[in-house]
Amino acid sequence: MAKYLLLKHYRGAPAPANDVPMDQWTPEEISAHVRYMNDFAARLEETGEFVDGQALAPEGTWVRYDGAGRPPVTDGPFAETKDLIAGWMVIDVDSHERAVELAGELSAAPGAGGKPIHEWLELRPFLAASPTVTDCPHR
Amino acid sequence: MNEALLRSLTPSVLAILVRRGADFAAAEDAVQDALVEAVRVWPADPPRDAKGWLVTVAWRRFLDATRADAARRRREDLVDEQPAPGPAPSADDTLQLYFLCAHPSLTPSSAVALTLRAVGGLTTRQIARAYLVPEATMAQRISRAKRTVSGVRFDQPGDVATVLRVLYLVFNEGYSGDVDLAAEAIRLTRQLAARVDHPEAAGLLALMLLHHARRAARTAPDGSLVPLAGQDRGRWDTGLIAEGVEILQAALARDRLGEFQAQAAIAALHADAPTTEETDWVQIVEWYDELVRLTDSPVVRLNRAVAVGEADGPRAGLAALAALDASLPRHAAVAAYLHERDGDPATAARLYAEAARRAPNLAERDHLTRQAARLNALGRR
Repeated sequence: MAKYLLLKHYRGAPAPANDVPMDQWTPEEISAHVRYMNDFAARLEETGEFVDGQALAPEGTWVRYDGAGRPPVTDGPFAETKDLIAGWMVIDVDSHERAVELAGELSAAPGAGGKPIHEWLELRPFLAASPTVTDCPHR
Repeated sequence: MNEALLRSLTPSVLAILVRRGADFAAAEDAVQDALVEAVRVWPADPPRDAKGWLVTVAWRRFLDATRADAARRRREDLVDEQPAPGPAPSADDTLQLYFLCAHPSLTPSSAVALTLRAVGGLTTRQIARAYLVPEATMAQRISRAKRTVSGVRFDQPGDVATVLRVLYLVFNEGYSGDVDLAAEAIRLTRQLAARVDHPEAAGLLALMLLHHARRAARTAPDGSLVPLAGQDRGRWDTGLIAEGVEILQAALARDRLGEFQAQAAIAALHADAPTTEETDWVQIVEWYDELVRLTDSPVVRLNRAVAVGEADGPRAGLAALAALDASLPRHAAVAAYLHERDGDPATAARLYAEAARRAPNLAERDHLTRQAARLNALGRR
């Protein structure tokens, strides 16, 4: 019982094997890709492992505090930002092995030519709730 | 209305339906419906026989659902209105439910969810909130679990050890929704221990009680962790400690030692000590030796190193630690603690920072970061 975040990047991930930008695919290939993603999420709901999935727009704004009584400062987007997150899926699984297995499956989503993209996905464990019986005796 | 009482009737009501020939999955749904109905109706109109009321309502729900199902399939095989005279419910029907819900064919998370629903009488929504997943996901997890065990015979003998592992998980993991999972785990373990002649069931119950007794003292008002040495022992629940110790002593007298009894013995020695310094660390090390013998777990060896550090000094603790794999969870935290006790705050600060980066949960990470910061601040003075 552990939650993991599967992160999909617009940029910043290593190049995938089937590295053709989506706007160069055929409309059918795009449909097949979207269907694969939806089916994957539906299957996870069935197995009782799905928590959340969202996609993000590529454009974002940087915001920061600018002192009391002043409106926040906004800036960007910065083109040089190396890492750009495209979306995520949160899963709740029994083991790290299962999380890796599912990430591998998601990475097989079809792209150009109907072939798997082999896209690199980032797999990040959530920090868990604090256990009641601690393993550490000096606590 | 006493919700705990209502939920304590859940497993026996469910078992009666299954004994009457209802399949487990459908019976479980029907019992849930009856529980919801009871919460609605009982406050204004309390029944004289709570269990009989639940059985009647659940059985009616089961028949309705079966009929609706049959109608949908356009079949006419009507279910008999009167329950078939099945075998008389035996005293350990509830125990059979524990076995079914912790069946080895289930994954740990499925077994936990099914146990909380079918034995604990919690709703899917309550369980979903306790584990921070959407209700639809938890509903699927539970119905899959029910399908998985649908072929298991209800009267098959099960393994108590499997059930204990599931209850331990309920006690140890989970978030705070509107359900107190630790209290629920204690209730379910108490119910189990009353039904089986098994020293480890008593051992687990004792372990839970002894840890639960310290709960209020383990967290500061701001939510941060308070380590054992810094806990206000006046806030420990002496009633729970006394009960835990008594249950443990009775279990140990049976002379069938197991992992949970040994862990409970260590917890009891902590609970018994007026201060960290006055703790009987030598005896704690001996219990860890037993645990190593029983489990051969590297995590146990790691915890043993801490106890050795207290019993024989930090150098001895570090020597015990040196034999262990540094990639073990919490290895760096233990090393940091022992190095500080050994008078090497610089090394300890570095190791605390490393331990914080590898901490598995937020409260622990913050605690370890604070330890590193405290030592670094000392170093700057």
